[in-house]
Amino acid sequence: MPRPGFVLDVDKSTPPILFHHGEQFRLERLPAGRSRVIYPAEPIEALEDPEAAIRHALFNPMGDSKPLPDLLTPGMKLTIAFDDVSLPLPQMRAPDIRQRIIEQVLDLAAAAGVDDVHLIAALALHRRMTETELRHALGDRIYDAFAPHGTLYNHDAEDPDNLLFVGETKHGEEVEINKRAAESDLIVYVNLNIVAMDGGWKSTATGLSSYRAIRHHHNVKTMEQSKSFMDRHSSELHHSNWRQGKVLRDAGIKIFQIETTINNNTFGTDGPLSVLQKREWEWSAKDRITFLGMQKGLDVMSAKQRRSAFHSWRAPYGLTSVQAGEVEAVHEVTLKHCFDQHLVPVEGQTDVLTMGLPFICPYNVNSVMNPILVMCLGLGYFFNLYRGKPLVREGGVLIMSHPTPWDFHPVHHPSYIDFFEQVLADTTDPVEIEQRYEKQFAEDEWYRHLYRTSYAYHGVHPFYMWYWGAHALKHLGRVIIVGGDPKSVRRLGFVPASTLQDALEMATDVVGPQPTITHLHNPPILMADVS
Amino acid sequence: MSKRTRLPVNGRSLGELAMRAARTSGSAAWRNAPFPLRAPTVPNGVTPLRPKAKLGADYDTEWARSYPARLARVLMVEGLVRPAMDILAAPKVDGLDRLHDLDGAVIFAANHHSHVDTPLLLATIPEPWQHHLAIAAGADYFFGNRLTAPLSALAIGAIPIERNKVNRKSADDAAALLDEGWSLLIFPEGGRSPDGWGQTFRPGAAYLALRCGVPVVPIHLEGTGDILRKGRTFPKPGRTTITFGAPLRPTDGEDSRSFATRIQATVEQLADETTTDWYSARKRAHAGVTPSLVGPEAVGAWRRTWQLGANTPKRARQQRSWPKL
Repeated sequence: MPRPGFVLDVDKSTPPILFHHGEQFRLERLPAGRSRVIYPAEPIEALEDPEAAIRHALFNPMGDSKPLPDLLTPGMKLTIAFDDVSLPLPQMRAPDIRQRIIEQVLDLAAAAGVDDVHLIAALALHRRMTETELRHALGDRIYDAFAPHGTLYNHDAEDPDNLLFVGETKHGEEVEINKRAAESDLIVYVNLNIVAMDGGWKSTATGLSSYRAIRHHHNVKTMEQSKSFMDRHSSELHHSNWRQGKVLRDAGIKIFQIETTINNNTFGTDGPLSVLQKREWEWSAKDRITFLGMQKGLDVMSAKQRRSAFHSWRAPYGLTSVQAGEVEAVHEVTLKHCFDQHLVPVEGQTDVLTMGLPFICPYNVNSVMNPILVMCLGLGYFFNLYRGKPLVREGGVLIMSHPTPWDFHPVHHPSYIDFFEQVLADTTDPVEIEQRYEKQFAEDEWYRHLYRTSYAYHGVHPFYMWYWGAHALKHLGRVIIVGGDPKSVRRLGFVPASTLQDALEMATDVVGPQPTITHLHNPPILMADVS
Repeated sequence: MSKRTRLPVNGRSLGELAMRAARTSGSAAWRNAPFPLRAPTVPNGVTPLRPKAKLGADYDTEWARSYPARLARVLMVEGLVRPAMDILAAPKVDGLDRLHDLDGAVIFAANHHSHVDTPLLLATIPEPWQHHLAIAAGADYFFGNRLTAPLSALAIGAIPIERNKVNRKSADDAAALLDEGWSLLIFPEGGRSPDGWGQTFRPGAAYLALRCGVPVVPIHLEGTGDILRKGRTFPKPGRTTITFGAPLRPTDGEDSRSFATRIQATVEQLADETTTDWYSARKRAHAGVTPSLVGPEAVGAWRRTWQLGANTPKRARQQRSWPKL
C-alpha cells in the first residue's frame, strides 16, 4: 500500500535533506525546530491492464458523448491531436501512453473504414517535435504509417493557410485553431495529465491554437489572477480557456477527449535513480553508496555529459486512470485522479520556502535549462503547486537551488537569448516587459521562420515563461538562488548565495530572524493543499 | 588353497579367444569375435526386447537446461550468434513494445523460411525470455543421430517434437517445460517453406497455449528465405525484419484449430504490416482482405512463384531495377 505524502517537522535527528540542483544534488541540513519538509506520496498503484482500461474508456465515454466506434464512419474526416514533448517529464518508458491510446483509436477507425486521418502534435507555440521524439511518443508503427504520407505532423501556429478563426468569447477573446482540426468531423484529443494544470479545454483551445488566441490568457494580468494555475477552479488561465472552449463547442466542433493520469514513479523503485524517490532516513547502505557514486560520477562529468545522461532517463510511470468523452466531464474525473496522487495537506504558510530544482522542465526536454527556464520552473511551476494559499506568506522569501548557468540552446531557444540579453538587462518587471517588448518578439520574422522550419520555440515564448512567474514575483519579498552563476542570477533580478546557510541568513533581512522554513521535496511531484 | 585358474569359455580361455581374433584383422575380426566380445545372438523363437530409443523424440534434453549448459548457451548466443546474425541478417526489430505488459512463460510462434530463423530469433527475443527459452525442433531432423542431437540441445536449447505422427510424449514434455516457467519457440508450419510461400499453421502451439494457459506471441520473419532458403547450402547476407505481434490468448470456447487459425491470421497481418504500413494493414485486417501467407492454391507452381513477387516488402521494391545510366 503506497504511503501518502506528509509533512515532516525537522528536529535534530533529521538527516540532511536532498535538494535537486539541476543535473546534480545537494544534501542540506535544515534548522531544527522551525523547519518542515513536504514529502510527495509514493507512487499509487498503476492499472493492471492498461490496454483493457483504454478500451473500456473508449467504449464507455463520459458526459453526453457516444462511444468512439459510434462516432467513426467511412468517408469521415478524423483528426487525432496529442500532447507534445513537454509531457510527461521526464519522457516515459516505451510504450508511451499516447501510443497505446492512439493505436486503439486507429484500430477502431480502421474497423470503421476511415481513410482520411491526420495526426497532429498539439504543440501551440512550443518547438516542433523531432522524428525521434514523435517515434517515441507514438511508436514506429504509427509513425511509419502516417508520416511518409504527410498526415502526421506538428501543428504550425504561424501558418495562415492552416488556421481557422472560429469566433470570440463574451470577453472579447479571439478563438483560432488548426484549420484541419476545426474542419474535421471529429477531433480525438489524446492528453497526458502530469499535473492538474494540463488537460480540459486547455488541450485544444491552447494546444491547437495560435498567438492571436493564446495571448488572451498567456499574459501578466491573467497569470497574476491565477491562484494557482494548478487549481483549475481558481485559475483565470483556465477560465479563459474554458470560455474559448465554449466557442469551439458552439461552433459545432466535435471533440472526443481522452485524458490520462500517471503515478509518481519518476525514478523507479530500483535502479540507479531510485534513491531520489526515497525518504532520506530510509536510504539503505546500497542507496547511500549509489548516491555517493552518482555524485562523484557527476562531478567528473562535463555539463554536456551530465545533461545527456539525465535526459536519456525514461521514467517508468504507470497509468493510473484513463477517461474519455465530453471534455469537461472527463477533465473533472482526471483532476480527481491527479489530486489523489499529488495533494498533500499542509497547515499554514511559511516565511521561507526552499526548493531544489531538477534537471528538467516542460521546455528543456533534450535541451538546456537556461536561466529563464530556471525562473519559470521555480516561480512558475513549483511555486504554483498549491491549492488554497501559496506555501509561502506574502512578502516571504523563496530559496531555490540550481546552478543557473548562462547557457542557452541556440536551436531551441533563440529568442530566449535575446530576451535575456536585451529585455532583462533593461527591466524584470513583467508588466513593463509585456507592454514594451512582447509584440516585437512575437511578430519577429526571423523567430517566426525558426519556429516554423527549425526546432525553435516561438519568439514570444520566453515572455510567457516570465509571465508564468508573475504571480510569484508579485507575492514574494525576495528570491535567492543557491549555487547559481551570480551573473545570471542577478540578471534575473534575484540574489545569489553560495550555500543554503548563507541564503537563510540573507532571508532574515526580509522576513526577520528565526523564520519558519518549508522545503518542497519535489520531484516526484506533490501539490500542497494549504489550509 | 587351490590354485586360481581362468574360467574356460566354451572350453577355451579368454587368452586363446583373443589370440584367435587377432589372427584375422579389421572389421572381419570384430564381426567374428565371439560373445561376450560381441553381442549375443537371439535364440530362435524368442522375440527380442525393443531397444530403448535414445534419439529422435525420446532424446532426453534435461541436461541442456542445467546451469553449465545454459551458461555455455548464453556465451554462444552473445559471443557468436548475435554478431553473426548482425553481419548476416542485419535484423530490424519491430513491435517489441507490444510485449511490455507480458510476464512469465510464453509461446513464440513464427513463420519459418530458413535455418537462419532460429539463431535470428535467439538473438532477437528479448529478456526475460531470451535465456529461458526452449526451441521446438523436428525430432527426425535435429535429433536423428548422436551428433546432431546433443549439439541441437546445447547450442539452441532445442527439444524434440515429433512432427510426422501424433506423439503424446512430445506434447507432455513441452507442456511440462511451460509449467516450469520456460518459454517455447515454435514454428507452427512444421518445417521450412519449400517454395517461399508459407504453410498452414498446425495446431501444436495453440494446443499447448490452451493446455498450459500461456499466451502466444506471433512473430513474422521477413527476409530470412533470401539468406538461406531450403535447399541452399551456403548463406548469402541480406536484410531481415522481425515483427512481434501483440500476445494472443484463447477466447472462451476456442479450440486449438481455431486458435491456430487466429495465430496464422495475426502473423499474416504482421506480414502485411511489414509489406505496407500498420494502418493500411489494420484496415485490410478489419475488412478481411489481409493477403495470405500460404499463397494461391490449386494453381501451377510457376504461378505461385510469380505471385510471390507481389508480396515483396516495400523496402525491396524501392531498389532500383535497372542500372543508372
